Amino acid sequence: MATSDNRRIRLEKVLKEHNYQESALLEILHSAQEIYGYLDRNLLMDIAGSLNLPPSHVYGVTTFYSFFKMRKPGEHIVTACLGTACYVKGVEQIIAAIEKEFNLKRGGSTADGKLSLLFTRCIGACAMAPAIIIDDQVIGKATKEIVISKIKNTLGGIKDETV
Amino acid sequence: MTLNPMITLKIDGVQISVPEGTTILKAAKDNGILIPTLCDLEGLTPYGGCRLCLVEVTGSPKLFPACITPASPGMEVTTNSDRLKDYRRTAVQMLMAERVHICAVCVANDHCELQALANQLGVDHVALERNFTREQIDSSHDFLVIDRNRCILCTRCIRICDQIEGVHTLDLKLRSKNTEVIMDLDESWGNSCSCTSCRKCAKVCPVGAIYIEGEPITQTKNRDVAEFITARRNRK
Repeated sequence: MATSDNRRIRLEKVLKEHNYQESALLEILHSAQEIYGYLDRNLLMDIAGSLNLPPSHVYGVTTFYSFFKMRKPGEHIVTACLGTACYVKGVEQIIAAIEKEFNLKRGGSTADGKLSLLFTRCIGACAMAPAIIIDDQVIGKATKEIVISKIKNTLGGIKDETV
Repeated sequence: MTLNPMITLKIDGVQISVPEGTTILKAAKDNGILIPTLCDLEGLTPYGGCRLCLVEVTGSPKLFPACITPASPGMEVTTNSDRLKDYRRTAVQMLMAERVHICAVCVANDHCELQALANQLGVDHVALERNFTREQIDSSHDFLVIDRNRCILCTRCIRICDQIEGVHTLDLKLRSKNTEVIMDLDESWGNSCSCTSCRKCAKVCPVGAIYIEGEPITQTKNRDVAEFITARRNRK
């Protein structure tokens, strides 16, 4: 964080807004992730110090919620829904196909840092199962072919607004 | 200290009077009725995690964890029915199936609350499928060792570190099957900057998960330490 731009200032503003209240830990972690993209150890230590909370507590809360990321995610993020409906409808095969096609492991990123493959539990789109989210776009009734071509388009910088 | 008004309830058919606000567990214990528990420890806040102190209350089909349920007037509590024994046997087996509990090679053999409870309940084998991952043993600290394979996640060490010692070095990370006791930001114990090496965690660990290297377990264990310190602090 040597090139430390204004991110720390933005975080400080959030901390002030919450009056450095320890009870606001979750909101602050949310904002910090929004500002930095992910929560690394230095950042967690910083937040723990600012709120006067034990580092182990902050770490515990951060790891409890799968929403919080502790590693730098890729430029583009593919999130697969592992809810029951999506699972039954074969989201596993799609995940395996993505892993194979882009040479990355579930939960990890590609070597060039362009793409991450993450998971979530039920996004509430069970009627459209299996559901995959590419960046902010939800793909319902997904198939291997559709998802892979959409990811390729995204990586290639082609904006695709059709669902 | 102001005394709460006394209330009367029945535990296992015995009429008992306790101050209002007392938990069922404490009320029973003070009157010589022992309800099994692995996470509760006098002097620390109740946690309600091990589910071994579940009791029946007449008039409700639900089971109540005695350590966090306050006694109320006229309550009729059963602490040792066949149904409860059955539940407890299952709970003990689940704890054992979740990690590696091999008494013969454990540092806490014969001084283990889980082992004692298993004996008491007649659990002579684990009927459930073992479901554990290999956890890390951390012996980087000068003398304190944590073997997470034996941890039952009772959080006694975490609570005593926070509430009695006051440093909160220990906490839990992740959840469900992956839950583990950590030091600071998942540091190795030797590198933990906040740990004061006070040994209280080792003293209260109900099993052999935290122990002191080279010290006989009988010398380490002192499960009354929290109660003792709390009583001293409240003396004035």
